[in-house]
Amino acid sequence: MEFFSARNVNKVFADTKALTDVNISVNKQSIFGLLGPNGAGKTTLIRIINQITAPDSGEVFLEGRKMSRADIGQIGYLPEERGLYKKMKIGDQAIYLAQLKGMSRHDAIKNLKVWFEKFEIMTWWNKNIEELSKGMQQKVQFITTVVHKPKLLIFDEPFSGFDPINANLLKQEILNLRDEGATIIFSTHNMGSVEELCDHIALINKSHKIVEGQVDEIRARYKSNVFEVKYRGDFDKVSRALSGQIKVLDHIEDKRANQITVEHYNGKSNNDLIQALIPVAEILSFEEKIPSMNDVFIKAVQESNRK
Amino acid sequence: MNDKSPDSHFPTSVFGLPTFLKMNKTLLILKQEYLKRVKKKSFIILTLLVPFLMAGMFALIIFLSINNDKKERNIAVYDESGLFLGEFGNEGYTKYTFIQKEQYTKLSSGLKETEFYGVLYIPGDIYTNNSAQLISEKQIPFEVNEQIERKLSRFIENDKKSKIIAESGIPDLGERLEATKTSISLKTLKISEGGEAKSSSSAMAFGASYAMGFIIYFFVFMYGAMVMRSVMEEKKSRIIEVIISSVKPFELMAGKIIGTALVGLTQVAIWVVLGIAVMFGVQSFFSPETAQQMGQSIMEGQQNMNPAAMQTVEPNKAMEILDMIGNLNLPFILFSFVFYFLFGYLLYSSLMGAVGAAVDNDEDSQQMVFPVTFPLILSIMVLFPIARNPEGPVAFWFSIIPFTSPVAMLARVPYGVPLWELLLSMFLLVLTTIGAIAAAAKIYRIGLLMYGKKVNIKELIKWLRYKN
Repeated sequence: MEFFSARNVNKVFADTKALTDVNISVNKQSIFGLLGPNGAGKTTLIRIINQITAPDSGEVFLEGRKMSRADIGQIGYLPEERGLYKKMKIGDQAIYLAQLKGMSRHDAIKNLKVWFEKFEIMTWWNKNIEELSKGMQQKVQFITTVVHKPKLLIFDEPFSGFDPINANLLKQEILNLRDEGATIIFSTHNMGSVEELCDHIALINKSHKIVEGQVDEIRARYKSNVFEVKYRGDFDKVSRALSGQIKVLDHIEDKRANQITVEHYNGKSNNDLIQALIPVAEILSFEEKIPSMNDVFIKAVQESNRK
Repeated sequence: MNDKSPDSHFPTSVFGLPTFLKMNKTLLILKQEYLKRVKKKSFIILTLLVPFLMAGMFALIIFLSINNDKKERNIAVYDESGLFLGEFGNEGYTKYTFIQKEQYTKLSSGLKETEFYGVLYIPGDIYTNNSAQLISEKQIPFEVNEQIERKLSRFIENDKKSKIIAESGIPDLGERLEATKTSISLKTLKISEGGEAKSSSSAMAFGASYAMGFIIYFFVFMYGAMVMRSVMEEKKSRIIEVIISSVKPFELMAGKIIGTALVGLTQVAIWVVLGIAVMFGVQSFFSPETAQQMGQSIMEGQQNMNPAAMQTVEPNKAMEILDMIGNLNLPFILFSFVFYFLFGYLLYSSLMGAVGAAVDNDEDSQQMVFPVTFPLILSIMVLFPIARNPEGPVAFWFSIIPFTSPVAMLARVPYGVPLWELLLSMFLLVLTTIGAIAAAAKIYRIGLLMYGKKVNIKELIKWLRYKN
């Protein structure tokens, strides 16, 4: 079920295009990855969703309704550039920020206490931000983003500045929020976390959306006839048997099993490969190589830049 | 992966909250800005200290002026002419002791070991030469100098006078001459448009106009800069993106400007209350005994001058001053003050807020804020000429042009301003303020998320042309 969508969104700054006819659709209770190189237009799109800037044309919808200023209370936004008031007690500014999102003071305190307990930072309540390390500040910032229980959460590089233990804690909390009903838009350059967390992604490059879909489906779409074969036998014989028909991209020789990475071309099928190998080697395993999101990202962006 | 049931941590009512329970966001920001500043130690210290510093200064001046005369000074008098023996009475804290020639010779070589403060030498030919000599090892205070001069000349004058009276053969000539003494006090009247004459004092109006112009300048500058710094702080700490994803930039700006204005008003209110309290305190500390003492020392000092005139003139002067303050048209001045203060502050704080939003480092802000505050600085520079000549062309133009009128018009108000000029000035100021707020809001909105760009006036004008 669609929870959020952007339809034909255009935005031009002075003479640079930030977004050109961008459409995205985010399902309810899913994690949507918003990917793209630096300067692609991701932040502009996020700011349009947050009603910080207005699109030149096109619209954004929340639960089927056109979004308005009143909806911003339902959004939690963690920008890439973090910041809190330097000379203000942590508890006080968390309450203030929650109130700005439309919470009552009473509810804000109640919810904040739950989160502070959960992150075991209750002792920081009366400290100034200046006294905390960067990672600690990130925790506070995360809490201020989610405390008003927004239906739509936007995280821009949420894991930057966290150590692996805290990054993992945060990952769990993000998944929990989704399971509790939140819909999440997640922007990052860390493709590992995209594979781990995202259900859907959209890849934006130079103001255009170039790829969109389910993560597994996209990775499958970008597979490029590359296979990994483990075998017992002599690499030289294998190499000679394949020459002229199948390209060997890589090979590893090992005591237990050798491995080659090959690419089909000239319309050769898997069976052709196996037939060529049977006389010279014992095949142990045969697997098509699925590209990582990192590969997909690079390939898709390079292809789109070539156009 | 997750065993918690949905909503286990949250009250489900957050989004069901009726809108009337949601606090207006501008109000929230206003409250936040206000409390943040008012709770600051520096604010509390400054606010409490200033009136006490002022009171302390006044008290010190009064204290010194009283105690100055309390110092006992013993002056040795060597009267070569032999005319003044018995005529030199002690006056105030100054005592006179007549000495002989031998002692005088001894004293003129050094006063250190003696009880004398100074030695007065009255030469034998004082009648013709009109000069005497006072030797001391210290700087002789003006009052002592003046006292001795007065005593000497008064005696010789009276002596000469009585000789003439005796020669003339008119027995009551002394009294008749005394009766010719006249003291004219000039009462300046100003005819208002209604043809009603009111007494005015140029000094009073000058003081009032200068003070008010300066107060407006000071507050507009100080609190405008406060708004600017507050905007810059949010931009520099990057919290601004979170804030404007919660509130409209205009709501944020309005909350800041009004909140800061309330801080200023709070400060003024505290000063007024403390000022009144301190005034009463000082009064009750010094009076009635001290006041009497002060009065006495003044009277003693002027005893010989014109005792009868003294007693009658002083109360009249006081009444006159009160009368003049009353004639300053206080409600009108107060209204103008509040009006120009409010709009001057709104005009400059919105512009300075926009500057704070446009720049992202302190050096740039220094550079950008100068062209914005230049008219304000200019108006304080012409404040003196305006207060001196409130009807000249400088006064006229500066009090009509909106960017300088908050200071310049206030400097003219105590003298009285033609109604049409005042209304024109107010109208233009309101119009300009509205325009400035609209322009500032635009710059503010665009500038807040603009980082790493060197901003200049040309760039700002470009921003103003952006649609939406």
